[in-house]
Amino acid sequence: MSAQAKRKAADGGGAMLVLRIVLPVVVLGLGLLAWELVVRLNHIPPYVLPGPVLVLKTLVSDWGVLSRSLLTTLLTTLEGFLAASVGGIALALLFNQSRLVEYSLFPYAVILQVTPVIAIAPLLLIYLPQQTAVVVCAWIVGFFPVLSNTTLGLNSVDRNLAGLFQLYGASRLQTLRLLRLPSALPYILGGLRIAGGLSLIGAVVAEIAAGTAGAGSGLAYRIAESGYRLNIPRMFAALLLLSLAGIVIYGLLALVSHLALRRWHESALGKES
Amino acid sequence: MVQASSDTGAGLAGLSVSLRGVTKVFDSGITALGPLDLKVRMGEFLALVGPSGCGKSTALRLIAGLAAPTAGTVQIPRHDNGARPGHAIGFVFQEPTLMPWTTVWENVRLPLKLARMPAAGAEARIREALERVGLTEFAQSYPRELSGGMKMRVSLARALVTDPDILLMDEPFAALDEITRFRLNNDLLALWRNLRKTIIFVTHSVFESVYLSQRVVVLTSRPGRIAAEIGIATVEPRGEEFRTSAAYADYCRKVSAALAPAYSGRSAL
Repeated sequence: MSAQAKRKAADGGGAMLVLRIVLPVVVLGLGLLAWELVVRLNHIPPYVLPGPVLVLKTLVSDWGVLSRSLLTTLLTTLEGFLAASVGGIALALLFNQSRLVEYSLFPYAVILQVTPVIAIAPLLLIYLPQQTAVVVCAWIVGFFPVLSNTTLGLNSVDRNLAGLFQLYGASRLQTLRLLRLPSALPYILGGLRIAGGLSLIGAVVAEIAAGTAGAGSGLAYRIAESGYRLNIPRMFAALLLLSLAGIVIYGLLALVSHLALRRWHESALGKES
Repeated sequence: MVQASSDTGAGLAGLSVSLRGVTKVFDSGITALGPLDLKVRMGEFLALVGPSGCGKSTALRLIAGLAAPTAGTVQIPRHDNGARPGHAIGFVFQEPTLMPWTTVWENVRLPLKLARMPAAGAEARIREALERVGLTEFAQSYPRELSGGMKMRVSLARALVTDPDILLMDEPFAALDEITRFRLNNDLLALWRNLRKTIIFVTHSVFESVYLSQRVVVLTSRPGRIAAEIGIATVEPRGEEFRTSAAYADYCRKVSAALAPAYSGRSAL
């Protein structure tokens, strides 16, 4: 490729990148503008549909209440996520070491996964203290992707590398530490990335289910409460915060995954190499 | 079963590997190999040639102890190993089979690490192995940063790091381009001249087998049995001029002729 052609391609790449950022932003701007116009021109009252300007104003004016709720929800999510990560990876390791344990427990892990958490939450709230129940919900939703991804990763070891470990008389622990876990790392990180978002969903579901119990103060509880009070702008503001929280969680986990894999794994490499 | 005992029984003196009546039947019921009788002298460079699926790789795995024969015995009459740590056997696969998540240095270190060798002693060995394959400067590189030929060299360095008596190589250069393959052939010959290890080299290339080995063993199609043995007598050391000599062409013709029945009755594909 000539130098000129290369520069052209680079320019093309840069232009594509700008487009990929600019286009969604333009769409967002147009959407918000249309929303605001529809609300204003039709004189829709805020308890039916608040415009985006009012939502932003509410976000600022109610920041005290909302930020405290955000913190509560984030803490629940974090606890659920940590429990899901540790529990999922530990269970996968256990399954990997013992077929009997895997055969005994795996069906129940699946059942826990396929039963909608929103149907389990009210039961948990009966038997557990509210804060514990909420974290357990976040854990239930988050742990399965970690478990199944880790299991997949631990079993996707290069056959010849495994043969090499056998040839050199590697112990079970050495094989696990030096071969299976590093092989599984990209899969584990993929599972964690999914679990992060799901833990937030689990926390929100549990908060909403607990809403009527009254003691909650998380963002989802705020949404439910604002709904009863017809404080629709605050519902939107809380929803906005939840979305942002989800995006940040995903972004952070993607970053961790990228940093951990950038030296060797295909998924973290640039297209040129 | 594999016996690593100091069996000094009849006929084992001076032998590195001995296979007697070895047969391998896979779980699927397919007989992959044998019965096979094969004696490999200490320090010999032996090439195993055969059509694909004839059980050449299976034979290597049996010798390495990675699989057990269905019948017959595989013996590695171990000579005095002195204070050598680690294993008597090094294995080089068709693929480089490196751990992508760590450096060249750590990849070469693996056999010593698994043998729990102290870092102090290991370091000199790793350095020596890397030097032998000419990769000293790439110790801190990751496998993905290397070319196919260089990855194969790392794999070779890893096999050499335990200073094994026997080197088993399973079509190690088959996936490389011809120029790289020729260079690695010459490097391997130089290594063998210096170290005089027993090398069993599996290949499907008639030319490679003749160029490298002292003896070519031709296997039949599945189940693999010995179809012919051809000794390659030539002036040592061999160099590129051997590739174009009349003797080389002659040997290649002989090996090809021995290989031909294995392919008869099969379609060209």
